[in-house]
Amino acid sequence: MATVSETHTAKKPSPARWLVVAVPYVWLLLFFAAPFLIILKISLSDTAIAMPPYTPLFQGFGALGDFASKLDFENYLFLTDDPLYIRSYLSSLRIAVISTFLLLLIGYPMALAMARAPTSLRPTLVMLVILPFWTSFLIRVYAWIGILKPDGLLTLLLQTIGLLGPNEQVQIFRTDIAVFIGIVYSYLPFMVLPLYAALEKMDNTLLEAANDLGCPPLKAFWKITFPLSLPGVVAGSMICFIPITGEFVIPDLLGGADTLMIGKTLWTEFFGNRDWPLASAVAVILLVMLVVPIAIFQNQQKKVV
Amino acid sequence: MRASRFDATVLTLGFAFLYIPIVILVIYSFNASRLVTVWGGFSLNWYRTMWSNQGLMDAAWVTARVGVISATLGTVLGTLAALALVRFSRFPGRMLFSGMIYAPLVMPEVITGLSMLLLFVALNIDRGFWTVIIAHTTFTMCYVAIVVQSRLLTFDRSLEEAALDLGCPPVKTFFKITLPLIMPAVIAGWMLAFTLSLDDLVIASFNTGPGATTLPIKIYSQVRLGVTPEINAICTILIGLVTIGVIIASIGTKRAEMRRIRDEHVAARGTT
Amino acid sequence: MAKSLGPVKRKFSPWTDPAAVPFIRFENITKRFGDFTAVDNLTLDIYEREFFSLLGPSGCGKTTLMRMLAGFEEPTEGRILLQGKDISGVPPYRRPTNMMFQSYALFPHMTVEKNVAFGLEQDNLPKGEISARVEEMLKLVKLEPFAKRKPNQLSGGQRQRVALARSLAKRPKVLLLDEPLGALDKKLREETQFELMDIQTNLGLTFLIVTHDQEEAMTVSDRIAVMDRGVIVQVATPAEIYEAPNSRYVADFIGDINILEGTVVSTESALGAPGAVRIDCDGIAVAVEQECQAVKGDKVAFAIRPEKVRISPDQPAETSVNAVYGEVWDIGYLGDFSVFLVKLADDRIVRAAQANVSRLVDRPITFGDMVWLTWPLDAGLVLTR
Repeated sequence: MATVSETHTAKKPSPARWLVVAVPYVWLLLFFAAPFLIILKISLSDTAIAMPPYTPLFQGFGALGDFASKLDFENYLFLTDDPLYIRSYLSSLRIAVISTFLLLLIGYPMALAMARAPTSLRPTLVMLVILPFWTSFLIRVYAWIGILKPDGLLTLLLQTIGLLGPNEQVQIFRTDIAVFIGIVYSYLPFMVLPLYAALEKMDNTLLEAANDLGCPPLKAFWKITFPLSLPGVVAGSMICFIPITGEFVIPDLLGGADTLMIGKTLWTEFFGNRDWPLASAVAVILLVMLVVPIAIFQNQQKKVV
Repeated sequence: MRASRFDATVLTLGFAFLYIPIVILVIYSFNASRLVTVWGGFSLNWYRTMWSNQGLMDAAWVTARVGVISATLGTVLGTLAALALVRFSRFPGRMLFSGMIYAPLVMPEVITGLSMLLLFVALNIDRGFWTVIIAHTTFTMCYVAIVVQSRLLTFDRSLEEAALDLGCPPVKTFFKITLPLIMPAVIAGWMLAFTLSLDDLVIASFNTGPGATTLPIKIYSQVRLGVTPEINAICTILIGLVTIGVIIASIGTKRAEMRRIRDEHVAARGTT
Repeated sequence: MAKSLGPVKRKFSPWTDPAAVPFIRFENITKRFGDFTAVDNLTLDIYEREFFSLLGPSGCGKTTLMRMLAGFEEPTEGRILLQGKDISGVPPYRRPTNMMFQSYALFPHMTVEKNVAFGLEQDNLPKGEISARVEEMLKLVKLEPFAKRKPNQLSGGQRQRVALARSLAKRPKVLLLDEPLGALDKKLREETQFELMDIQTNLGLTFLIVTHDQEEAMTVSDRIAVMDRGVIVQVATPAEIYEAPNSRYVADFIGDINILEGTVVSTESALGAPGAVRIDCDGIAVAVEQECQAVKGDKVAFAIRPEKVRISPDQPAETSVNAVYGEVWDIGYLGDFSVFLVKLADDRIVRAAQANVSRLVDRPITFGDMVWLTWPLDAGLVLTR
């Protein structure tokens, strides 16, 4: 029928209709968008040892011109001067890329196995993947400490089965390996679910058609299944990659002193050194790094809707 | 079938990886020994210690209140946002709006937390209970919006048109027809928002103030000092609560499903 | 379900009375969705107590036209008058029209009773009056035993009747029905058609129905508007639409018809009959007794229903006009009728239908037979559009 649901009803905006848009819009502008402008501004201001630890912000809007004249890239220059920050960024990216790859490596076979499971079993499997997500992130990371620490359960297990001598210990805790384990563990549901969603809706007769046309199963996977699941791969990768880059809890609890991640650096600048402007500058650069992945993610979501 | 054996192995290993750490954590909360590697017999000792730890209990109470209030606010705002996304195809700044809904889902928490803190400082608002609630409301509303949006996309608009056609004004139609029918999604959104609020360490750390220490902040400060079975105990209780919640929810879904099947039988038999 | 024999068609034709005032008037209505024009400068009058059908294929604008009357869409241009009053800008919940939705749109969280009462409750009628009216409505659609059920506990046919009861409960001035029987199977659909007609006559309401099913429109309507791409091609009674379609489009849309393209040879009397038109359809000489604006040399079409074509193995007395000779190419046996596809020497196919009046025919016409097809002067039509 010719009922184009766009421009649905007459254009007589009743107040109630506009409140629906206006209330969440204003909330997000105020509490999500505006803070980014402030963070940008503070990253350009001087450190003052007062409380709050930065020179005051709003001296009325008349001060805007004043502000422009005092633009100060000192914090950013400092970031480029000190190799610690550059190494932090690069290390974060490295850890995020490797973890995302590991997540794909583990998540894809799981999602595929779920999608190929009997229909009656699938809701249970999805439930099993989601359930850990409902339990606290912090608790799940914490659980690994007891396992990975030198006198922890992994050492005990390996000693018991004889892979380690009675006085040897597993030296994983407080290393990058522990960070990878923690990240893969925490983010696995976020990778599996989009992949599963993409694989599950795939028409099974496509593979049958490929087989029928003489394509063996493994080749059919690479020629048919994998290309069609690419949207899921992109979605899952972005959902994991972006927050991993800024991850704080996992490197802090499982990583060592030499595990550099930018989230941890930011936390230290803020809570340890109380240098708010520098922390802001760190955040701004992190955000700039993530603009492209976030744009890809947004684009992906738009296609879904 | 080789493929199905492969699949079964993958799933077994995958789920083992996901669940073994949690199971171990729960088991050791009942350990009489303080050492993680030594099983000193079954004991509820750590639950008693936990119970008498006033700081931990206070934090739990703060977290519960923050969770309920911010999840409720987040659900109201998120539902409105979902309506705006689905029902308003064109309004000024719609791109920005949908961007602000999706961005918090992936935004590193350190950025969200820090930027919001700076807003509160700029506005000269003292940090504490309510700033944590505002922060949590802001990021949970986006999750609610996504959940409710997916329900609204499959909503049969003619139901609302029928109500309008029968003389029911738009706002009343929303409360009498639309809201009751999307209620399951709204409730799911609330539960998601509540758990996210319960779970959050980073954003709360930035935005909290004196007297508003939440449970994750408390747990984190203790965990940094080392593993204690007391933390295992409180974690076990949290896991237990979530598990019970999920079980109740899935029983509810199952019941609704059974009712639907029964109704279809009735309908099939139901001739004049 | 007591099967009605269908109402005897009352003598009802206000549209022929120049003094009659239309109940609903669409006045130069245009509706655009972006670049797409759904309804294009359309004018239409519908009279009180009329059972009126909007008929056309998907996307012809019929649903949009109905939704504009219900108030779900506002016309881009033009206005809609109900009892002489312009109703533009009146929201759907204040219009005296009610609609029965194609999907029925029954509220799944309310019982049958509550669904039917919904509209009445909006008017804040006293409780007693509401329950009395609900009871009356459920009785009308024979659903009293199901009052306490939820919609998903009903069969398709029952749901359809709940939807009907709900839309009738407020006694609307106009009832709008959007493909009301589309979801029912054929047998139930036919029964329900007659029920609808009974209800419409008994309650004295104006019904506007949207359908793509030409048989349904023919059965129930006082008048039909055939629509194509946003415009009305013809408005007429079912008999007129069938017997005197005004264009190739209508002729082709309603029922089965042979259409032969041709050129007007003369409009003078032919075969001694006054007012006849002579057409040359690529070698077939056709004469039609019809008043017609076409003049010599015009490209026109000759249209004739298969049941009006006589088929015979014997050569008729007159073969120079309204007669063709060909081979039986295919036979469609439809029970009451058989349709013969006759292939002419130039490969054109002409269809002829013959009632199967006797079980045993002496010499049945069969595949490969050479036959003559003939028709009288008043059987076919000249279509200029």
